Amino acid sequence: MDGQAILLRLTSTFGPGIVETHDHHGDHTAVVERSAILEAFRFCRDDPDLRFNVLMDLTAVDYLTYPGREFGLRFEVVYHLYSLPHNHRVRLKVRVEEDDARVPSAVGLWPIANWFEREVWDMFGIRFDGHPDLRRLLMYEEFQGHPLRKDYPVNKRQPLIGPKT
Amino acid sequence: MGLGGFFTGKLDEAIGWARKYSIFQYPFVTACCGMEYMATACSHYDVDRFGAGRPRFSPRQADVLFVVGTISHKLAPVLKRVYDQMCEPKWVVAFGVCTCTGGFYDNYATVMGIDTIIPVDVYIPGCPPRPESVIDGLMKLQEKIAAGAQRY
Repeated sequence: MDGQAILLRLTSTFGPGIVETHDHHGDHTAVVERSAILEAFRFCRDDPDLRFNVLMDLTAVDYLTYPGREFGLRFEVVYHLYSLPHNHRVRLKVRVEEDDARVPSAVGLWPIANWFEREVWDMFGIRFDGHPDLRRLLMYEEFQGHPLRKDYPVNKRQPLIGPKT
Repeated sequence: MGLGGFFTGKLDEAIGWARKYSIFQYPFVTACCGMEYMATACSHYDVDRFGAGRPRFSPRQADVLFVVGTISHKLAPVLKRVYDQMCEPKWVVAFGVCTCTGGFYDNYATVMGIDTIIPVDVYIPGCPPRPESVIDGLMKLQEKIAAGAQRY
């Protein structure tokens, strides 16, 4: 299915649930409301014309200091979907605020999301509601804060052993 | 030695000479330097010439700890524990810039040189070091061992 047709399909199905769409450099992307994201995932996975059965990647972006977006919602969680049967792709994004940084978990739909979401929690501090085991993935339990947030001090060190500075 | 001659020498030197040619190494390999370590250990460069051809994958049987590759803060307690498990006398080689100084990983995750955690005898810089410089470092370590430098 053509990328434009996928976006059209999503907007016609979810209407106001889709905040915006774009196809910059052929990367067809839909920004979805958080309240609609689980339904959008289920639709993308189960609709016979879409059948996005692979969650290729799940990551996040911190727009704290991004020029032109300093005053909008701070985080964006990005989902890359791929369909093996149809050989087509789409990207879904969810924007969340810093004070309410939580997104519904996609583990129930794609089990691969388990570690992806743990990594995003570890690095960005975005919680995933309904995740079975939301622990840090890369950093150690004693680590304070989330290192890929733009306001994490670049010189801050938290060694487990050895000198503290 | 002729009749009535003497053979003199120090026991320390004899032990040092023996130790210098029986380096049982523990390769603590974490990153890309491991490739260069393997190249050095294979037949082309042949570290067996220096008596170091026998990696032991148990720290309790090893004399020299080769720390090969980036050490993160999460891994630091493991490295310290491996070092503590080694029997004395023991030596440590920092292999590559990441273990020497942290290299270019000046970030939240990486240990800025393993000498902040454990004592180091020989530093081999390079990213990764050529096998020639590894062998150079190995020979410097041999000199150090033969001279009786060790920690208890």
